[in-house]
Amino acid sequence: MASGQQWVLVEMVQAFYEAPAYHLILEGFLILWIVRLLFSKTYKLQERSDLTEKEKEELIEDWQPEPLVPLVSKDHPPPKYDVVSGPTSHKIIVNGKECINFASFNFLGLLDNERVKNQALTSLKKYGVGTCGPRGFYGTFDVHLELEERLAKFMRTEEAIIYSYGFATIASAIPAYSKRGDIVFVDEAACFSIQKGLQASRSNIKYFKHNDMDDLERLLKELETEDQENPRKARVTRRFIVVEGLYINTGDICPLPELVQLKYKYKVRILLEESLSFGVLGEHGRGVTEHFGVNIDDIDLISANMENSLASIGGFCCGRSFVIDHQRLSGQGYCFSASLPPMLAAAAIEALNIMEEDIDIFRLLRDKCKHIHSALQGISGLEVVGESISPAFHLQLEKSTGSRELDVKLLRGIIDYCMNRQIALTQAHYLDKEERFLPPPSIRVVVTIEQTEEELEKAASLIKEAAQHILQHTVLGH
Amino acid sequence: MLIRMTESSVKKLSNGDRCYRASNGVKPGKNGCVKNHYLYQKQHCYPEEKIYHVAHNGGLYKRPFNEVFEETPMLVAVLTYMGYGILTLFGYLRDFLRDWKIEKCQNATEREEQKDFVPLYQDFENFYTRNLYMRIRDSWNRPICSVPGAKFDVMDRVSYDYNWTFKYTGKVVKDVINMGSYNYLGFAENHGLCADAAADVTMKYGVGVSSTRREMGNLAKHEELEKLVARFLGVEAAMAFGMGFATNSMNIPALVGKGCLILSDELNHASLVLGARLSGATIRVFKHNNMQSLEKLLRDAIVHGQPRTHRPWKKILILVEGIYSMEGSIIRLPEVIALKKKYKAFLYLDEAHSIGALGPSGKGVVEYFGLDPKDVDIMMGTFTKSFGAAGGYIGGKKELIDYLFTHSHSAVYATSMSPPVVEQIITSMKCIMGEDGTTFGRDRIQQLAENTRYFRRKLQEMGFIIYGNIDSPVVPLMLYMPAKIGAFGREMLKRNIGVVVVGFPATPIIESRARFCLSAAHTKEMLDTALRMISEVGDLLQLKYSRHLLVPLLDRPFETTYEENEE
Repeated sequence: MASGQQWVLVEMVQAFYEAPAYHLILEGFLILWIVRLLFSKTYKLQERSDLTEKEKEELIEDWQPEPLVPLVSKDHPPPKYDVVSGPTSHKIIVNGKECINFASFNFLGLLDNERVKNQALTSLKKYGVGTCGPRGFYGTFDVHLELEERLAKFMRTEEAIIYSYGFATIASAIPAYSKRGDIVFVDEAACFSIQKGLQASRSNIKYFKHNDMDDLERLLKELETEDQENPRKARVTRRFIVVEGLYINTGDICPLPELVQLKYKYKVRILLEESLSFGVLGEHGRGVTEHFGVNIDDIDLISANMENSLASIGGFCCGRSFVIDHQRLSGQGYCFSASLPPMLAAAAIEALNIMEEDIDIFRLLRDKCKHIHSALQGISGLEVVGESISPAFHLQLEKSTGSRELDVKLLRGIIDYCMNRQIALTQAHYLDKEERFLPPPSIRVVVTIEQTEEELEKAASLIKEAAQHILQHTVLGH
Repeated sequence: MLIRMTESSVKKLSNGDRCYRASNGVKPGKNGCVKNHYLYQKQHCYPEEKIYHVAHNGGLYKRPFNEVFEETPMLVAVLTYMGYGILTLFGYLRDFLRDWKIEKCQNATEREEQKDFVPLYQDFENFYTRNLYMRIRDSWNRPICSVPGAKFDVMDRVSYDYNWTFKYTGKVVKDVINMGSYNYLGFAENHGLCADAAADVTMKYGVGVSSTRREMGNLAKHEELEKLVARFLGVEAAMAFGMGFATNSMNIPALVGKGCLILSDELNHASLVLGARLSGATIRVFKHNNMQSLEKLLRDAIVHGQPRTHRPWKKILILVEGIYSMEGSIIRLPEVIALKKKYKAFLYLDEAHSIGALGPSGKGVVEYFGLDPKDVDIMMGTFTKSFGAAGGYIGGKKELIDYLFTHSHSAVYATSMSPPVVEQIITSMKCIMGEDGTTFGRDRIQQLAENTRYFRRKLQEMGFIIYGNIDSPVVPLMLYMPAKIGAFGREMLKRNIGVVVVGFPATPIIESRARFCLSAAHTKEMLDTALRMISEVGDLLQLKYSRHLLVPLLDRPFETTYEENEE
């Protein structure tokens, strides 16, 4: 091949010598013309009467920006937060009143576990508090490596990666894989951090109805027909399904087996967010994969935070090394953020130890969930939303008053009623204008294994009482 | 003459700060010029050296602003490009060998069941990682197993497969001098006031919160911290967040949106860039620390309005950082504030690296320049660095913070800060403010300033090219060539010094560098040892590129305004 090319080259040079002068001049002229065409503007810019300096100054003088933050009107003062003095453990002091905590996601009661605290303390005595650097620059501690290994082992995956902030975990993981032009199918009830991750990925996002596999399949079929029309594009367009194991906004479990079927049928990868289901569902607390007996390798990526069941701070992703390792250079929240304080990692390791030693706690948690779930049925005016084994579920108004503001006020009334009687509850809060599909206002009830039978009963009957008291009161008032 | 000076756009105001240029014919790139503002010069000897926080009247700058960026020598630039060229060629060759199964492919691979899926990664995405990064991968992510203080213990690891995997030998390299951690004030400690306070809180509160600020995670401790931060910064109110990165990326969207304009420095941190992107506002980028470029963008923006519709912008937000962590430069804050006032823009100042590290009482770049914190609309910073903790804050007017409390993504959706971490911040901040009744905080700030000047001066004298401001505790030392990145990191570790090396894509392709972060915890002996080793390795790797070594500042063939301080 090389000699052939050489031959052509020699011929060209020969031809060049033999060509007559006018021919060369003509060709030279043509080349110049092409160059001109390449570099000249193809259209004339419309005539612009440029502004004079004086006019510019006037414009600058005239411009008035909006205020940095909108002015708050006097009738809508910023809402006051409830203030907790002391730890947010089982017994909690809210606004000066001691209550039983039905609001923190401390499902396994590990927040005030002495073993966890002691491990954190030992770690603090060894490493101090902060890490003073991102993972890449001396912010990797032996504790981080240990925690990653332990998480991977616990979840029975090849590799795990930890983040220093729960919210940033899935929000960084999604854009590490899904880029501009890729397609992501998302459940409408997906939580806010998923929505932010999707926004950061700048991918093409398709929402399907909450837990509605037919709707998802319809979208997948649509894509299939599009693919047939444009196979070249289809070959490079990555596609993902993003779902939650246990939806924080609805308390529902995703139909994972069906999702896995769809995954192989339409060749779509599954990213699963398990912040609520990790340490809750399944015999060993491994989450929704264990709950359904789905092979964990069939899920491309599992992400969860360590702030609920593990009662520490941060989050992790796990899966096959082929997938997870990519985040070590591409996960923004991993690369560009200071690493997790070692004492928080040490606390998470000890929490994992406890979860591994005693699988009874998961059963216990489920029993308690079922207990309060059935106790809360049949309250007039309030509807229980969520699975009976979900430790975080919602109480929604059966009939909205028609105004969200009023609904919120009513629910707040119920909460205050309970809070005055030693049961701490909270509403599920959202940024109303930022949510893609704003869930209806609700009270979120959180079950932990520390709550006794009596406390569960008490909470249920108080809520019933409050609902009667407040909802009927309002009906009369209208 | 190899000096080129950048002009400051508001130079008429700036203290008679004159600008000179002399081109050497090399294209002045972003950093391809020596930006030099020798308004000020000191020739005292360490350790007698005291850093004076001089105030001059008149002009925008109340203090001298001395920032140097020496030009990349032509030969070095050419050799660096050649280096990358050769690496790329070999990369292609090895990819070819891997394709033909001649070389073993160490990459983790897709599952058999999913081979017919659309590939998760484009092949070229990983070319750089596979063929360049992998060669020197051991220079990063080195695990440590002690406090990241002035010295730390590094876990020894080896690789038998050219850095694809690492094995930990179980050995520990003890007492490595730590030039890498952002431990500016030395508060990364496992004993003493802060650690003890944090320990008490750990036992009382546990480490987690398991709820958000808006729901059941608003501890009285968080509110105490916020009041303290506001007092420290000299602003009306403040709000704290669990992660520095998220403070930027989750709050900028609450402040600006569609129809707003963000003017962002080209070297801004990834978190600012992400926050700007998530906000949906239009983003325009100005040259690093270049006030002319900023002013031009501001003028054009107001004069022309939004693209296509020509409606006026709703608001304009300028995003800058106090100290740039890769460049070691300090923001020209007096000029930025002058511009912001002139054009009615808002200013978002990220003090991740400057809070605690600059200013006579550690209050950051605003205090460093003797400015009023009220002139900065949004004061953002982190607790990771100077305070030896984790998280970030935003300070400003009460309306702003009230608004954030209801609109910040963090407050509503993210778990609130861990109580022991909060306690660490409270104690260290009180120490810096002198509220613990000691002068430890002040001493540390003074020590850091002295260490910075000393270390920078010595490196310069040795003939290294270093970037950044004379007062910046972030000291980038230029390595340029890709091969030297790995070599420098390894040789320094061999000599028991832990350094950070950075290359593309964190820096421009030819400007690979090592970065030292000074700390108040560094003693003179440690710095001297480090300097000796750096010099040794510098000779070994021929890193002493600087050609200005012998030009005393006074002999420069141009006028400068000197501000001698009295001693």
